[in-house]
Amino acid sequence: MILAAQAAAEAHGFLSPTGVEIAFLLVGLVTLGAALVTVTTRQLVHAALWLVVALGGLAVEYLLLTAEFIAWVQVLIYVGSVVVLLLFGLMLTKAPIGRSPDADSGNRPAAVAVAVAAAAALVWVVVDAFRTTWIDLDGAVQGSTKVTGEFLFRHWVLPFEALSVLLLAALVGAIVLSRKKKEGER
Amino acid sequence: MNDVLDVALRLLVVFAVFLVLPLVIGQTEHKVMAHMQGRLGPMYAGGFHGWAQLVADGVKFAQKEDVVPKDADRRVFQLAPAVALLPYLLVLVAIPIGPSEGAVGQVVDAGIFFVLAVMGVGVLGSLMAGWASANKFSLLGGLRTAAQLLAYELPMLLAAASVAMAAGTVSLPGILNAFEWWWLPWQIVGALVFFVAGLAELQRPPFDMPVADSEIIFGAYTEYTGLRFALFLLAEYAGIVVLCGLTTVLFLGGWHGPFGADGLGWVWTLLKTAVLAFVVIWLRVSYPRLREDQLQKLAWTTLVPLALAQIALTGIVKVAIQ
Repeated sequence: MILAAQAAAEAHGFLSPTGVEIAFLLVGLVTLGAALVTVTTRQLVHAALWLVVALGGLAVEYLLLTAEFIAWVQVLIYVGSVVVLLLFGLMLTKAPIGRSPDADSGNRPAAVAVAVAAAAALVWVVVDAFRTTWIDLDGAVQGSTKVTGEFLFRHWVLPFEALSVLLLAALVGAIVLSRKKKEGER
Repeated sequence: MNDVLDVALRLLVVFAVFLVLPLVIGQTEHKVMAHMQGRLGPMYAGGFHGWAQLVADGVKFAQKEDVVPKDADRRVFQLAPAVALLPYLLVLVAIPIGPSEGAVGQVVDAGIFFVLAVMGVGVLGSLMAGWASANKFSLLGGLRTAAQLLAYELPMLLAAASVAMAAGTVSLPGILNAFEWWWLPWQIVGALVFFVAGLAELQRPPFDMPVADSEIIFGAYTEYTGLRFALFLLAEYAGIVVLCGLTTVLFLGGWHGPFGADGLGWVWTLLKTAVLAFVVIWLRVSYPRLREDQLQKLAWTTLVPLALAQIALTGIVKVAIQ
């Protein structure tokens, strides 16, 4: 295992990156930049639109990692639905054009702490899990729909089902919360 | 070098289709609507039955001043038409029109997800336009667009998932390769759900309340003039091409036909797409506009259950024939 990792690291030096690796890095930088603008801009709707750029950049990264299915689902769910829901909410509250100086909850330090902690945990886990694993771009596609489906439903069925139950519970909860009480009930 | 040429050629053909077919459908709409309403439609531009009317319209749009309202969010306002139009160009790349390898712009492994995801992005254009115009009618239009999307997206996805289950693949050419004629009655409910939900996505009558010109003055597009407005119109017609093409590929067997599927497959695809486009125009002339809440009711109490029933049926038949 360690030998294989060493061999991989030797075969793919950091000093002579391929085109795909350069593209991956550049798209990553764009995604990071868009994400930073999303949380720092004072214009509410612009934040939502920059979020589209960040999520789209993430989808491109998935594509570069050959995970095509995940990439399109990312676009479908996040760009197509979540951001539309966000914009719907912003429009309902008549988000003004231009800056919203009062749109600051004053929680900036706490938010930064949580974000840095989450990022550190994720980076640590991912780096520790994959280290110097390289994707063989010339071989069979490792992230195709078929491979993803087989992995999901052979090795990860239990977490998948647990998530389904969790989502169902959230759905039922949302319906219960949104039902209006009648006048007399309390 | 040959590969590069091949890709360039394919993209060029897709681009040409993208430019020509929407205009053909627009002209057909002029004429079909006119005849259904007992008039002639455009007759003079170009000489023969007014065939050049849309070209003349394009020239007119290009000559108009491109106005951006003073209070509008300039950049978002100007970007919106491109966001509305470009996704349909991308979707066209993945739609196969014939049986051979060369009859599709690019084979996409997760084709269904690709087309539905990218079509969903187009709606962002209307939302951006609605918000950035700084106009209450536009904002209302944008709100209605978003509400509409939330209603139709689920049944559309479920109906498409049913076909993917039947074929055992999510790639569009793969689905066509697996197609048998008896899928037509088997998937007919899914086809209807998909087509109706698609009409709602395109904001075509009877689901045109986001643009409703007689109540909210074209909704999100109220403030647009000249070429940018023309781009939104073009997006609508390109959307019709894409929706009809997708329905053809997913539910009507694409290039399969009673005869001549080997050489003339693309004719069948185009023919079926054209018939569906005619139905889209026909519906515009024959049905009154629904209200937004009526669409929500239709989507959640009719389309979603029907799509779920279709998925159950697909599953049962699929297990039974194995």
